[in-house]
Amino acid sequence: MYGDTSIQKPIKIAEPTSEEQARLEELFQQKIDDNIKIEPQEWMPDAYRKTLVRQMSQHAHSEVIGMQPEGNWLTRAPSLRRKVILLAKIQDEGGHGLYIYAAAETLGTSRAEMIEQLQSGKAKYSSIFNYPALTWADMGTIGWLVDGAAITNQVALSRGSYGPYSRAMIRICKEESFHQRQGYELLLTLSKGTKEQKEMLQESVNRFWWPSLMMFGPNDADSPHSAQSLKWKIKKKSNDQLRQEFIDATVPQAEFLGITLPDPDLKWNEERGHYDYGEIDWEEFGNVIKGNGPCNKQRIAAHVKAHEDGAWVREAAAAYAEKQQNKDVA
Amino acid sequence: MTDTKEWPLWEVFIRSKAGLDHKHCGSVHASDSEMALEAARDVYTRRSEGVSIWVVPSNAITASKPEDKESLFEPADDKIYRHPTFYDIPKGAGKM
Amino acid sequence: MTNLSKQEALVQYAAQIGDNGLIIGHRMSEWCFRAPSIEMEMALMNCALDLIGQARELYTYAAKLDGTGKTEDDFAYLRDEKDFRNLLLAEVPNGDWGDTIVRLFFMSAYNKLFFTALTKSTDEELAAIGAKSLKEVTYHLRFSSEWLIRLGDGTDESHERVQKSINDLWAYTGELFTMTDGEKMLLEEGIAVDTAALKPEWDQIVTDVLTQATLSRPENKWAHKGGKAEGIHTESFGYIIADMQFMQRRYPGCSW
Repeated sequence: MYGDTSIQKPIKIAEPTSEEQARLEELFQQKIDDNIKIEPQEWMPDAYRKTLVRQMSQHAHSEVIGMQPEGNWLTRAPSLRRKVILLAKIQDEGGHGLYIYAAAETLGTSRAEMIEQLQSGKAKYSSIFNYPALTWADMGTIGWLVDGAAITNQVALSRGSYGPYSRAMIRICKEESFHQRQGYELLLTLSKGTKEQKEMLQESVNRFWWPSLMMFGPNDADSPHSAQSLKWKIKKKSNDQLRQEFIDATVPQAEFLGITLPDPDLKWNEERGHYDYGEIDWEEFGNVIKGNGPCNKQRIAAHVKAHEDGAWVREAAAAYAEKQQNKDVA
Repeated sequence: MTDTKEWPLWEVFIRSKAGLDHKHCGSVHASDSEMALEAARDVYTRRSEGVSIWVVPSNAITASKPEDKESLFEPADDKIYRHPTFYDIPKGAGKM
Repeated sequence: MTNLSKQEALVQYAAQIGDNGLIIGHRMSEWCFRAPSIEMEMALMNCALDLIGQARELYTYAAKLDGTGKTEDDFAYLRDEKDFRNLLLAEVPNGDWGDTIVRLFFMSAYNKLFFTALTKSTDEELAAIGAKSLKEVTYHLRFSSEWLIRLGDGTDESHERVQKSINDLWAYTGELFTMTDGEKMLLEEGIAVDTAALKPEWDQIVTDVLTQATLSRPENKWAHKGGKAEGIHTESFGYIIADMQFMQRRYPGCSW
């Protein structure tokens, strides 16, 4: 599960067109302020619906595309124990994508539409999955850092205002607690292994550290739409808050692994009670979002291929179901 | 490529153990009821969450409208005499 | 007949049943992010987990019987092509969804009968593994039968495609009912399953489902053999183990 909210574009909030509209919006905000969940079919501002559909579909796409980098290592897992763990983890990601697509469908957008938007490039997914998984250590690093960042996001999302999304997130957070642990355990094994294994570990963390921090999205100052999402409790914490939480939790874990994190500016700030960290390369982030990451094209191409290869299968099953229904009627 | 016929949506209800009600837990897309049942099994009971599954075509569900909430549900609010706590029974009368 | 000791024959027997699980599980796992819908992705990965799980139990048992300190991973990662004694049907490439369903169907129909018989083995551990696996493969048979019927009785295109899958894979089904010398020896002890005896029931299951699917049963009686008896595989097998064993071969002796 990857609750990445980094790729949202700001949405223009429509001015209330009438007194009625204003009254509805006021009631709506009152519910949100009172922590009453919003359920499907209830009145909601258009922009709330659009923001949610966008965020949820991006989140679901991230889960599904996120199967690819790890899926690449399924057939090469170095032990049977690791192989079944990885299979179960990737399967969870597919399941989590499915839960969120289903939750998003309650807002009136079909899964087919969402998938079309993903494939046409109209909808985005988390930038992290446009980085390649090159070594076995990456299977651990993805679990530890990428799932770790995602969990930080998702715990916040599970308290969000939209009922179906929040319920899906609760289920997902429960299931996902094993994802980060298996990744960290994998890395711990490498850290106690041979020189080559230790190098593999450090090299992998070097590649994934910064992209993991980017998963939280732009700095708050550059994230103008965040304020509205916070007000609507679609988001519960700002990008920078979540990023800081993640870094504070992760640094001691890195020390325990006996590795360094590739940021010379990373150090404890007694006064703030938090770790200070260096500047993220936002140009790289922007480029990966725009489609220039190392794997953007391959990821979408693989998704399109699976979808197209499966078209005759989906048609066959639909045709069979129709025949059966006609038989029942006759 | 767009699907002309997306598989319909089914709502999934799961009984987590004997003695409990089936509870709504999500949905799946499937072309027929058997596929829906198996998809529900493969998706929603991976961690032994169920002993029985119902799947229902989403479009077969009739739901109350949120805007009818006041007229449907609020009239029950003042019928407090339906609740046992409405009645004062002296302690001496024993457990009731 | 055979110069294997009973213990050697038993190690090989447990490993060879495990090989079927591992190799077909490997093939199933190759469907990751390639299935026609997310629901089907989930289904195939469940099958893969069941099958690889079966392999792990059988390898662990084989390792215990072997008694030289081997583990399940020695069987999966450190044996050579000729040591794997899976059925060729388990290893042929996935092809399209129809090929995959047909393979799973042929294999699951066999597995269901095989594990049912194995529960009666005089070897208690094999009987217990058989009982657990039986539940899993019963579901695989149900899942693949229903899909075969959908494809057979779906569109003209799906009917044609899946009939071709059946025709193509048919020649790999004859091997399911062959017996190695080791198996024959263990059969006398009531340990091994008499696979030759499973054929009539398998034929019945296949005929029933094919009929429902409006598909026809190939007449061809030719059977490819060699995986199970001799470790002579299809060309595709070398790539499976090259992929699977890459890490263990590149970094020998490491813990992962």
